[in-house]
Amino acid sequence: MSARRASREPVAPAAISLARIGAMVARYMYLLRSSWPRLLDLIYWPAVQMLMWGFLQLYISQNAGFFARAGGTFIGALLLWDILFRGQLGFSISFLEEMWSRNLANLMISPLRPVEFVIALMIMSVVRLAIGIVPVTLLAISFFGFNLFSLGLALAAFFVNLMLTSWAVGIFVSGLVLRNGLGAENMAWTIMFILLPLTCVYYPVTVLPGWLQHVAWLLPPTYVFEGMRALMIDHVFRLDLMLQGLALNAVWFAAGVAGFLALLKSARTSGALMQGGE
Amino acid sequence: MKIYKTTTAVAGISFALRPGSITALLGGNGAGKTTTIAMIMGLIEPTSGHVAVLGARMPRDRYRVLHRMNFESPYVEMPRRLTVRQNLKVFARLYGVADVAERIAELAAELDLVDLLDRQTGKLSSGQRTRVALAKALLNRPEVLLLDEPTASLDPDTADWVRARLERYRQIEGATVLLASHNMVEVERLCERVIIMKRGEIVDDDAPGALLARYGRDSLEQVFLDVARGQGEAREAAQ
Repeated sequence: MSARRASREPVAPAAISLARIGAMVARYMYLLRSSWPRLLDLIYWPAVQMLMWGFLQLYISQNAGFFARAGGTFIGALLLWDILFRGQLGFSISFLEEMWSRNLANLMISPLRPVEFVIALMIMSVVRLAIGIVPVTLLAISFFGFNLFSLGLALAAFFVNLMLTSWAVGIFVSGLVLRNGLGAENMAWTIMFILLPLTCVYYPVTVLPGWLQHVAWLLPPTYVFEGMRALMIDHVFRLDLMLQGLALNAVWFAAGVAGFLALLKSARTSGALMQGGE
Repeated sequence: MKIYKTTTAVAGISFALRPGSITALLGGNGAGKTTTIAMIMGLIEPTSGHVAVLGARMPRDRYRVLHRMNFESPYVEMPRRLTVRQNLKVFARLYGVADVAERIAELAAELDLVDLLDRQTGKLSSGQRTRVALAKALLNRPEVLLLDEPTASLDPDTADWVRARLERYRQIEGATVLLASHNMVEVERLCERVIIMKRGEIVDDDAPGALLARYGRDSLEQVFLDVARGQGEAREAAQ
């Protein structure tokens, strides 16, 4: 080895490096900054949905006593659902950017570790979510007088639980795309919708048939949406629901990571990392 | 060995690279060159046997050595919407390069990228993109450099320019280079050893001059055709 090399050799990689996580976050931020349609896309659909549900809630609340009492439940549910859905989508789309740009092999032969990659994707899901959801919550205040932030600490508990679920699903879906190529891309866009009826976003769990209620209680977001209704209708913060949701999320998150690692190993066996496409 | 379901991509090959050498991996399409390189990088797990790079078993111990290796191929791209500078910054940080700005400036000067640094990577010509990919591959001053058809789709002038830079890098840094190529001129010019693969197996392995003499040919292209058409064994037997 030459003296020149010895004096300028790259630093041996640490187990987890903030610099590598930062590099990946910077990579996605460069991309967002370079593309206004990507930014607009983050805001457009949540805003449209919020306006539609907001006006519907306004109409119903003028005609039914219960809904008048439960003011804001629909809008609240919609905004929380968006946190769940957009959180997962933000994670998965950042990952898909690597597939679309055929950059995955470059990353996989670099010192970037899977855990660093996942942490960078988690950070980006929060960034993308914030870009989309903050303007929409401001719209909800100005159009319907509904202030999501007035939920205070409860909102923090809801947010943590929903983000953990969105990351667990996002990590698993990324593993599927890694292993199966862009043929599995549609899963990234649609997988969350299976949770829409089952986690009882807009109605209480008791509406479901008995056997399906057992399924619903296995899904962490169910605890959040039940907790939100308890808060907005009965004005009670259900800490028990939040803790149960958190415990369940720990299991989901561990399962998502285990699934991702297994699919990554399988991709290494099948040669999918080299193909990185269809 | 690497077997995909029922297809044997690489069948029981074995070779070691001399530190500081440039070796060519020759073979037709489907010969197993890219799979071999991917196994060396830890992107693909061998079905049996093992690959060791700089003393580390791949892919198991890859994080011990990945910062000392790099790879370039026209078939693996970099994010097209990012500028050249942004792409190089990201990869420099991933590879733990100490002074990122200085290294990028150094490579930009060396690879004639100064005027391209703030242009989007996707808007460059294929020759320019190859130079950017080469800059990315040299960012961390790799001790082991793997190249998969580095001059494919380049015009002869640009290809020659790239070869000169690779040669220079190897001389200055003493790097070990493994080059998969279909370009025999490139192989004759750069490589001191040629490993010829066919259907996942190594069918010959020697210095270019020795191969020419053994096959009684004037160029590696003719040797390659002899091997590809199965005439190598017959010619050798006749001699």
